[in-house]
Amino acid sequence: MKYLYYPGCSLKSTGRAYEESALAVTEALGMRMDELEDWNCCGATNYMSISELKSFALSGRNLSLANRQANNTESVSLVAPCAACYLGLTKAKRYIEEYPEIRSKVDGALNAAGLEYRDHVRVRHLLDVLVNDFDQRSITERVKVKLAGMKVACYYGCQIVRPYSEFDDQHNPTSMERLFKSLGMDVVDWPLKTRCCGGTLTGTVSEVGQRLSYILLREATRRGANVIVTACPLCQFNLECYQSEMSKRFNDSVHIPVTYFTQLMGLALGIPRKKLGLHRLFVPIPDGVESPAAGGAHVLA
Amino acid sequence: MSSLDNKHNGSARVGVYICHCGINIAGKVHIQDVVDIAKKLPGVTVAKEYKFMCSDPGQEIIQEDIKKGLIDRVVVASCSPLMHEPTFRGAMAKADGNPFMFQMANIREHVSWVTKDKGLATDKSKALVAAAVARVMFHQPLTKTQVPVNPNVLIVGGGIAGIHAALTMANAGKKVYLVEREPTIGGHMAKFDKTFPTLDCSACILTPKMSAVRAHPNITLWTYSDVVGVDGFVGNFKIKVKLRPRYVIEEECVGCLECIEACIFKHGKFKDEFNVGLAKRKPIYVPFPQATPLVAVIDPETCAYFRAKCKKPCADVCEKKAIDFNQKEEIVEVDVGSIILATGFKTFDASRVARYGYGKYPNVYTSLEVERLVNAAGPTGGEVVLANGKKPKSVAIIHCVGSRDANSNKYCSKVCCMYSLKLAHLVKERTEADVYNFYIDMRTPGKGYEEFYERLLLEGINFIRGRVAEVTDWAMTPDEEEKLVIRAEDTLVGKVRRIPVDMVVLAVGMEAQPDADDVRRMFNISCSHEGWFLERHPKLAPVSTLTDGVFLAGACQGPKDIPDSVAQAGAAAAEALALIDIGHVELEPNTAFVRDEFCSGCRTCMNICPFSAIAIDTEKDTAVVNGALCKGCGTCVAACPSGALQQNLFTDEQIFHEIEGVMNYV
Repeated sequence: MKYLYYPGCSLKSTGRAYEESALAVTEALGMRMDELEDWNCCGATNYMSISELKSFALSGRNLSLANRQANNTESVSLVAPCAACYLGLTKAKRYIEEYPEIRSKVDGALNAAGLEYRDHVRVRHLLDVLVNDFDQRSITERVKVKLAGMKVACYYGCQIVRPYSEFDDQHNPTSMERLFKSLGMDVVDWPLKTRCCGGTLTGTVSEVGQRLSYILLREATRRGANVIVTACPLCQFNLECYQSEMSKRFNDSVHIPVTYFTQLMGLALGIPRKKLGLHRLFVPIPDGVESPAAGGAHVLA
Repeated sequence: MSSLDNKHNGSARVGVYICHCGINIAGKVHIQDVVDIAKKLPGVTVAKEYKFMCSDPGQEIIQEDIKKGLIDRVVVASCSPLMHEPTFRGAMAKADGNPFMFQMANIREHVSWVTKDKGLATDKSKALVAAAVARVMFHQPLTKTQVPVNPNVLIVGGGIAGIHAALTMANAGKKVYLVEREPTIGGHMAKFDKTFPTLDCSACILTPKMSAVRAHPNITLWTYSDVVGVDGFVGNFKIKVKLRPRYVIEEECVGCLECIEACIFKHGKFKDEFNVGLAKRKPIYVPFPQATPLVAVIDPETCAYFRAKCKKPCADVCEKKAIDFNQKEEIVEVDVGSIILATGFKTFDASRVARYGYGKYPNVYTSLEVERLVNAAGPTGGEVVLANGKKPKSVAIIHCVGSRDANSNKYCSKVCCMYSLKLAHLVKERTEADVYNFYIDMRTPGKGYEEFYERLLLEGINFIRGRVAEVTDWAMTPDEEEKLVIRAEDTLVGKVRRIPVDMVVLAVGMEAQPDADDVRRMFNISCSHEGWFLERHPKLAPVSTLTDGVFLAGACQGPKDIPDSVAQAGAAAAEALALIDIGHVELEPNTAFVRDEFCSGCRTCMNICPFSAIAIDTEKDTAVVNGALCKGCGTCVAACPSGALQQNLFTDEQIFHEIEGVMNYV
């Protein structure tokens, strides 16, 4: 299986820590993941709302570039860590392949740029790859740092499981829980894991957006979590960046680190904090949560 | 006999009749254009159109033309032959024509109903008529053979439908073999406490019928058994039934239950299937006190004797010496003339809707589990209690779990609204809890059903219109702590509501049995895409199947309540009785035959025939088809390497000319 990395805009800007940690973790696992050359916007939100076809053409270009970069090999996965990119690419692929009239228009646009659409590029979320392409025992064996004190709330948000559920249940996904158990951490039972984070409402109708985020943070804390992990740049941003504002607005003390799942994973694999972008957090993971692990024996036992 | 030897000699006179079917066909096809074309086709002496060819005056047109000697063969262009081929063949026979000198062109289902453009529809109709005319030129007069009908009947499934059909047939003096795979008959109805809308006791009305089955001299009851083989055809089926060992001799056991007392397991330890897992049973058990037959059964999966760890106190204590650990599975074979399938349904697996928390939260139950809880003979003696043994103060019933849902089953399971009302009433009566019904639409058509709904409204049951989003233990306010919270949009009020309750009941829908596909293969019938057995016609032949002699009763054909199941079982019995009363069946003459001069005796056909209808004439070393056994499946015809095998009504000549008819037109 050949993997190509599709960063999208977030992972080069607000979600820079996601890129840093994703690349560090995949490198530590010995997984080669070259960045897609000359990639463009995935066509998410704005395009999708105004002109689906343009959005499909944008994603179609990325998929066709991936095919070319993989020399037309049958087994190539385009890995998108950003949930919005993952959904945009998946949706485009489905529509292009299911509806011949869309396909011919997209192909027309691609042909003008000297490209052509091919079916066999798979769109994968990084979480899917790390949970389903790796033997979880081999991940356990690579654990270098004991984070046994961590009580993890795994947050999926909406886009990686809905409307398409390519690798997990739509309403009760469990991939991240399995991963963090493999990494020797406790996960908390938190039924809000696919509930809305507020999305773009946080920027437009902040009262509503922040309330949605606040409900998630409060319930995670009540259930004993001391860290939340996410697989989406917008979720991470909403849940982490407004905590002090929420504390005032809802007259409650809201304080819990929210990391990308790859950041906490990297910490367990013994990757330095800086390489994982952990220094970029507004609500830091406290110093001293790490203690050296003996191989992975304690986790296995 | 060989159809090919006798080619049409140019004197064939074909009558073509184009049907309007009201506007069903005429609204899309220019009928007169088709008539004009038909008139010009070789061999056609008469071409006419009529509003409804299937009506009496329509049939009379054909009959008069035959009697006048204008025609000797007929093409009707109308609907599917599944619909009216027998009608027109019958009309021809009445006018002393041969009914097999007939061909139908389907210009309704294949043309007018599925074509938008009038010009294209007319063109296709012309092509199909031309094909039918070209084909019917090569038809030969054939005769049907008659075979006697065996008056015995096989009924598969011992729920209320199977029981009712069995008693109806047996009371009419017919021999009935009733096969049930569970250790007892009774089916789902035996598990219910009360039935809607009359609230009469389910066991009280069912168990007398169960006993009657057991006692009836005309009924042979095989429980803990499966049908494993079906051969033959209408009137003459050969059935193989596997009797699984229950390790208790049925004829000896008197149902004293002392063996169960004596078992080395002092308490039940294993999942009690009859109580849908809410109680535990021992390895030796009877499913419930009124089980029929009231005979113990030993489960070899859990019995310690089979792991050589038990001195069999059950056998020692049995005065009748009824326990026999050497019992082996037994195969019995019986001949029957008709079959009634009454294999029932299964309830939807609620854990498939993860957001309702079944299997995650202990106080989320399925409706079938609550049926057992409210049943006086159930695991709690009729008390509705939570997992911690306390009575619930509030209960939510969620409708349409696994029904009317694009993610599971699109259809309405038909019974859930009514049984949810019944359970709401019973739960309120037993616990005085606040009961909330969350529904999409209340569907209560049926005698006394709407009145029952009205009664529940007056009893103070709460009804909230809206599909529940989720059941969660996420508390937002102090009064939600330690509760299950129902989140739903109340679509009448237009608000999202959160309602904390102690107990949740999921009104699970009905699904086809998981092995319905295997069963339908064995009995050579069809399933609809949801998995229900397919009736011959949804309105006019609702208990027949496309396989003659095989009938359907109860929920195996689609979701049904008890009154509907019983009514359908009665109808299935009546159909089977009618078949027996006629005494014989006529077999289609669409059998295969061998042209000796082409047969090399390679035996390909003999080995491939699913009905063992082909033998070898050792003198000539050629194949011979036994017309009484041949079902006309055509397998041998396709397999024959030299074209020696042909099939009446499907000879090469007929098929090639039919194709030519289309191609010439195109």
